[in-house]
Amino acid sequence: MMTIKEYRRVQSLEEAWELNQKKRNRVIGGMLWLKMGNGSIQTAIDLSNLGMDKIEETEEEYRIGCMVSLRELEENQGLADYTQGALKEALRHIVGVQFRNLATVGGSIYGKFGFSDVLTMFLVMDSYVELYKHGIIPLREYAANDYGRDILIRIIVKKTKASYIYQSVRNSKTDFPVLACAAAKTEAGKYLFSVGARPARAILLLDEENLLEEKAGEVEAEAFAAYAKKKIVTGTNIRGSAEYRTHLTGVLLKRAILRLA
Amino acid sequence: MQIKIKLNGKTVSADVAPDTLLIDFVREQGCYSVKRGCETANCGLCTLFLEEKPVLSCSVLAVRADGKSVTTLEDMQEEAAEFGAFIADQGAEQCGFCNPGFIMNALALFRENADPSEEEIKEYLAGNLCRCSGYEGQLRGIQDYLSWKKGRERINENS
Repeated sequence: MMTIKEYRRVQSLEEAWELNQKKRNRVIGGMLWLKMGNGSIQTAIDLSNLGMDKIEETEEEYRIGCMVSLRELEENQGLADYTQGALKEALRHIVGVQFRNLATVGGSIYGKFGFSDVLTMFLVMDSYVELYKHGIIPLREYAANDYGRDILIRIIVKKTKASYIYQSVRNSKTDFPVLACAAAKTEAGKYLFSVGARPARAILLLDEENLLEEKAGEVEAEAFAAYAKKKIVTGTNIRGSAEYRTHLTGVLLKRAILRLA
Repeated sequence: MQIKIKLNGKTVSADVAPDTLLIDFVREQGCYSVKRGCETANCGLCTLFLEEKPVLSCSVLAVRADGKSVTTLEDMQEEAAEFGAFIADQGAEQCGFCNPGFIMNALALFRENADPSEEEIKEYLAGNLCRCSGYEGQLRGIQDYLSWKKGRERINENS
C-alpha cells in the first residue's frame, strides 16, 4: 500500500516546484498508477488548485493543462476533429470511463510509462511540453531525456495539418496494450510513426531512408515495415514476446501506411 | 486533516489521514454499496459520482474530495430500483457483488447519452467487471430498460 504523510494543495507553481525537489515528495496526478505501488510519500503535491484542468484552443495550437483528465481529452471535439478520431481511439481502450475521469494527461506524459497509449499518440503530433523551469521543449526530446524533478504545466499541440491513425493490440479489452502504434502523414507528405508498449517507452520513427517519399503503395509499405522491424527494439513481458511484438510492429505500420496513403 | 464533503446531499465533516481513500471514507460513513473488488483500479465496483462524474473511489484521496459533492447508490434508490429490475428480469447476475458499481456507471451513461447504441453501451461499461456472467444478460437488460423508457416518454408526450 502506498502511504502519504502529508498532503498539500499548492497555491503556486513555485511552491509545487520547491516541494518537488525533495525526493520523498511526489506530485499526484490522477494517482491511478502511483496508488499501485508501495511507495511511502512524505508530502503529496496536488496541483488541482492552479486552474490547469482546461483545454484552450487558439488559432495555432491546443494548450492542454496537466490536470486535464483523459476523459476530457477524449471528449474534446476540436482535438477529435483535428486528429480524425485518432486521439479518441488512443484513449477509449484505457480501462474504463471512471478511470479516465481521474487519470490526467500530465500524469501520463510525466510518467513516460512504457505502456502509455497517450505518449505514443502525442509523439506523432507536433507536441511540446511546458515545464516550469525548463520552459517549452519538443515532446520527443522530453520523452527521450531526463529533465529532473521539474513541474509539467501543460502540453501544447500545434495545429500542423496532418492525417492521423492510431492502432493498438490488446489481449483483452481494457488491458494494457501488447503494442501501440500511432502514425501521421503531414500535408507536406512526411510520415511520422511511434511505437509504444514495446513494452518499453514509446519511440518515434521517421522515414529517414525516404522509402515512402515518392509512393506509398503495397510494396513500399512492406519495405518500410521490414525496415521498422529492424529499427524498433522490442522486449518480452507477460503480455507478449519480443518476437510477437516485432511481428505486430510490421503489421501495424504497414496498415497505417496503406490507410494514410 | 479536516474535510467537508457533501455526501448524498448531507454535509459531512470529518478528520481524515492524508492517505485515506474515498472508498474507505464513504464506507465508514455507512455507504456499503461502494465495494472493493480489485487492487488495480480495474474492476469498477467502487464507482461513485464525484461532482456528478463517475470515478473509481479506490483511487481518490478523501482529502481531494474536500468541498465537493459525492453521490453513492444509497442516494439513487429510486432510479436504481427502476433500472435494476430489468437486470434482475434477465437473471443477469449471480452473486450481485458487482451490481452497485455497475448500476452507478450505467446510470452515468444514461445521463450522458439517453439513447446509446450497443457499441456505446459496451464501451461505456467496459470498466465494470462481472466474474459470474458473460455480460449478455446485462446488455439485454439495459436495452429492455431503454426501450421501456422510450415507450413511457412517448406515452407521456401523447397524454
